[in-house]
Amino acid sequence: MSADTPFSPEDPAAQPASLFPDYRSTVLRSPSQPLIRIPQTLTETSGLSDGWDRLMGGAFADLTTQHEGVALGQRIVVTGRVLDENHRPVPRTVIEIWQANSAGRYAHVRDQWDAPLDPNFSGAGRVVTDDDGAYRYLTVRPGAYPWGNHHNAWRPAHIHLSLLGPAFATRLVTQMYFPDDPLIEIDPIANAVPLPYRQRMVSRFDIGTTVPNWALGYNFDIILRGREATPTED
Amino acid sequence: MADNQSPELFGQTPWQTVGPFFHYALPWWGGADLTGQSDIGAAPTRLVGHNPALNHSHGRPMPAGEPIDIFGRVLDGAGEFVSDALIEIWQADADGQYGGAFPGFGRAPTDEAGVFHFRTIRPGSVPGPGKTLQAPHIAIGVLGRGLLKRLVTRLYFADAPQNDSDPILDLVPAERRPSLIAQRDGEAWRFDIVLSGPNETVFFDC
Repeated sequence: MSADTPFSPEDPAAQPASLFPDYRSTVLRSPSQPLIRIPQTLTETSGLSDGWDRLMGGAFADLTTQHEGVALGQRIVVTGRVLDENHRPVPRTVIEIWQANSAGRYAHVRDQWDAPLDPNFSGAGRVVTDDDGAYRYLTVRPGAYPWGNHHNAWRPAHIHLSLLGPAFATRLVTQMYFPDDPLIEIDPIANAVPLPYRQRMVSRFDIGTTVPNWALGYNFDIILRGREATPTED
Repeated sequence: MADNQSPELFGQTPWQTVGPFFHYALPWWGGADLTGQSDIGAAPTRLVGHNPALNHSHGRPMPAGEPIDIFGRVLDGAGEFVSDALIEIWQADADGQYGGAFPGFGRAPTDEAGVFHFRTIRPGSVPGPGKTLQAPHIAIGVLGRGLLKRLVTRLYFADAPQNDSDPILDLVPAERRPSLIAQRDGEAWRFDIVLSGPNETVFFDC
C-alpha cells in the first residue's frame, strides 16, 4: 500500500445525492450536469496527514470549560473510533467539532432564533484520534432548533463533525444524531440519506461510557473511505 | 436496534452539509494564506463572543516559489452570490511535491458578496496516471449550506503550456474546460465557481 494507492469509490447507496429538493437550499446549489469521473492521482491520494495542528490548532477536547464559567446543559461524553472501510484504524487524525448550545442556539451572527446564548459555551472543539483510531470529547447535549426550510421545520439535535483523514479523497463532513430523537425521521437533511444508511449517523447511548455522577455517554464510530486492495498488498 | 454501532451497518459514514454556521469552527486566522504571512481566512464578522478554539497560524517562514493571489466568487443556479460557502484547497509546492514543509492545505469562507481569497504559492507539475505529468493545478473542495456533500473541482492556470497535455483536463469536453482555468486579473488570478446553471463549473467524481 503506497501513497498513490487509490481509495474505494464513494458508496452511492450510502452517500446523499447533491440534489434533495426537500432540503430546499440544494435546488439552486446542485450541479445540473453529471460529475465527470476521473482517476485518483497523487493529488487525490495525498493529504494533510500531519501538521494540521500548526494550521487549524491543537486539540480542544473539552467544550464545556473553555470560558470562565461552566457551560449550561446536559454534560455528555462522546467516544468512538475512526476507521476506514477495511476496518483499519485511522490514527492521529483530527476531528473538528461544532454544535449549537443546549438551548439550540449557535454562537453565530446569522443565528437569530430567540433562544439564549450561553456566554460559557462557544460550541467549537477539536479532538485527535490515538494509535487505535479512538477519540473522546466532552460537551453538552445540543438542543433542537427551528429553521426556515418549511413550515414548522425543526432540526434534530446534532453535532457537526469534520474529518480530513489521510488524503484529499477521504474528506468527510457529517452530523451525529442522538438515539430515539423523533425529529430525525422528519428532517430533510438526515433524510437525504436513505435507510438503513441514515442509521450510521445515529449514535448509541452507552452506560459504560457515562461517567458516574457526572456525564452521560454516547458511542459514535466514523468510517472513512479505505484504500483499495492491490495485488502487491499482503 | 440498528444504529452506528451495529456491525451489519458498518460502512462509509454518510456526508451531511456543513450548514450555515460553520464559521466559528472551520476557518481560522491565516487559513487562507498558505504562505504563512498574513491572517486572512477567518470570518470575524460572523462570530459572537470570544472563541478560544479559533487558531492563528501565520508567522511561518516564507516558502519557496512564486506567491500568488486567487480571488473568486461562488454563484448559485440563479446567479446569486453564495455568501455561506467554504472553499478548501489542496496543492503541491513549487517543486510539485506534496507533504513537505509547505502545508498545501487552506480554507477560505466566502464573504457577504460571495468572494473568497487565497494567497499561496504557484504549484509545480505533479505526476499523473502512468507516466504522464499533470499540469500545475490546485484541487478544490466546495462546502456550504445547501451542499449535502463536497463538490470537487480543480483550478488550472491559463498561461501554463502543460494544460494541453494534462490527463485530467483531457477527460473534460473542450467546451467545458474554461470553467477549470483561472485567468489573470491584474496582479491576481480570478477563478469563479458556478454551482449550477448554464456556466456551471465542472465537478469531478474521484
